[in-house]
Amino acid sequence: MDSDDEMSGLSSQDDFRGDLDSDGGSLGSAFDDEDEPDVGFSQDKEIVKHKKRSYEVEYSIYGPADIQAQQDKQVEEVSQILGQPVAASAILLRHLRWNKERLIESYMERQEAVLDIAGLGSGSVQSPRTHVMKNFTCTICYDDEPGTTTYALKCGHRYCVDCYRQYLATKIQDEGEAARIQCPTQDCHQVVDSKSMDLLVTAELKARYEILLTRTYVDDIEKLKWCPAPNCEYAVQCEIKPRELSRIVPTVECACHHRFCFGCTLQDHQPTPCMLVKKWLKKCEDDSETANWISANTKECPKCQSGIEKNGGCNHMTCRKCKHEFCWICMGLWSEHGQSWYNCNRFEEKSGVNGRDAQAKSRAALDRYLHYYNRYATHELSAKLDKDLYVKTERKMINLQAASGLSWIEVQFLDTASKALQQCRQSLKWTYAFAYYLKRNNMTEMFEDNQKDLQMAVEALSEMFEKPVTELKPLKVEILDKTAYCNKRREILLEDAADKLKKGEQLFREN
Amino acid sequence: MAAQKRSIKELTMLNNDPIDGVEIDHDDKDMLTWKITITGLEETPYEGGTFILHVTFPNDYPFKAPVLSFKTKIYHPNISNDDKGSMCLGLLRPDSWKPSTRMTTVLAFVKQILTTPEPDEAIEVNIAKEFKDNNKEFTKKAKEWTKKYAKR
Repeated sequence: MDSDDEMSGLSSQDDFRGDLDSDGGSLGSAFDDEDEPDVGFSQDKEIVKHKKRSYEVEYSIYGPADIQAQQDKQVEEVSQILGQPVAASAILLRHLRWNKERLIESYMERQEAVLDIAGLGSGSVQSPRTHVMKNFTCTICYDDEPGTTTYALKCGHRYCVDCYRQYLATKIQDEGEAARIQCPTQDCHQVVDSKSMDLLVTAELKARYEILLTRTYVDDIEKLKWCPAPNCEYAVQCEIKPRELSRIVPTVECACHHRFCFGCTLQDHQPTPCMLVKKWLKKCEDDSETANWISANTKECPKCQSGIEKNGGCNHMTCRKCKHEFCWICMGLWSEHGQSWYNCNRFEEKSGVNGRDAQAKSRAALDRYLHYYNRYATHELSAKLDKDLYVKTERKMINLQAASGLSWIEVQFLDTASKALQQCRQSLKWTYAFAYYLKRNNMTEMFEDNQKDLQMAVEALSEMFEKPVTELKPLKVEILDKTAYCNKRREILLEDAADKLKKGEQLFREN
Repeated sequence: MAAQKRSIKELTMLNNDPIDGVEIDHDDKDMLTWKITITGLEETPYEGGTFILHVTFPNDYPFKAPVLSFKTKIYHPNISNDDKGSMCLGLLRPDSWKPSTRMTTVLAFVKQILTTPEPDEAIEVNIAKEFKDNNKEFTKKAKEWTKKYAKR
């Protein structure tokens, strides 16, 4: 019974909200309440406000204290059920990777065996203490001075405390090991418990040990994952199972604002599913030699051939020298990129005739790949350039504020626009990997139409974003509109892709 | 210092109770490197070969495992086919190493791996695959290498 309560306590927000009345005191609610003010509250509320979109998943965010509390509570419960001391219960739980039901079940069936395998041995439990021995040779350091202080776990393998300490320090500090540190004897699987740690290691090491234990707790539980952002201490809980990953792209946003995929912990790669991302990245790596020239930051003006370096995110280029206007992506005339002409996101496959011999075929395959890679890489670069540009603009804005008469709050629209650009380009980038693997059919057309719309919206916003600071003020309303429009286009694209993925339709090419 | 002391102790024990087909040589000035000569066992592809193996004891030995490096080229799934000739499996793996493990056990383990490779813990996956799927070819190549690189 207890375990059922526990499970709901740890489950998603949805479940928690569902049985709020019956389960008010559970862990989940405690965390949610506590965390609301400072952790991930903005998007939590948003999820409540608007109906969950098909590309969004439920998740919760836990801080270090929450994770510790979760562990403690489970250990405490198991300790009460099994009648084992807390230290031993913790070892048992870790040994069975926090699967409480399985632990209790197997413990009831064959207590001795479970204790043995978990490295606890049998026999009565007494608090650990060191012994001073008269005649003793430590088989680690081979010191045999009389009066050596020694220590042994329940298994009785005795070593001098100096060696024991250094052994533990090596394990904890150098190897980052915690939950599964065993007795130093070859073939002895007795696990060093938390109480023995207290006795033997310094407070500093003990603290490190605790941190590592918490880390293994999150690592051991499938539905918990660490936020991969550097120095971030939060963990995200999500109920998506690995086998669902071909149909769902579970993007989550940590309390630190890092957006990542819960499936593979890479940066947000919606709408492309994890396995295609892996395939695509591998392909890009393998083909990087061929594609090297693409990553170069300069291209030549199609009219006057002077070298041009891209310094902003917008792909509408105007040559400084000859004033020729062209599209950075397809190098075609910009004037042809009007509403109805915009087709540079689409790869036109040249039909049959010249695809006959092998060489032509491989050439065509390379062209096809380069078409998508080119666009993928461009958006990656553009996102970075947009960001750099925003940093520059922000600096200028500070100077401009007084002159423009706008308050700091009022100029935040640029921040909003910049964030939208980042996110849209991130999605746009991955639409090209997605499209590369797509089968050609009506659905592809629809996907590419959505892609085209998003790309146009992004380029329009990006272009405005590049205007000199002095011109930005009158553009505020328009930029706000365009920002909202970009976000909308992104939602539509992601929703359409997510729906199709979810239905499990045969979307992708075989190889 | 601890490493030095332990290494001397290990050497004494091995001198008193040597392992068949394993000779240990060392420089008195540097007790943290052993030069080991292993004679290829009969009825293995390494028969008739003499293999030189360097054992280096890290400064925090015995809390860290000794580092094994075959100086004689050998065709074996568990020994890297490069200039390092490293062997790192079973009790030698950092997470499995126990400070109380004695060099007698380590060297007996090396001998055993030479007789019975562990393809599932291979460092050379292609050799391991061949060992499993085409053992005849494996044996042929291992014999050739023994003849080519390990004859005195």
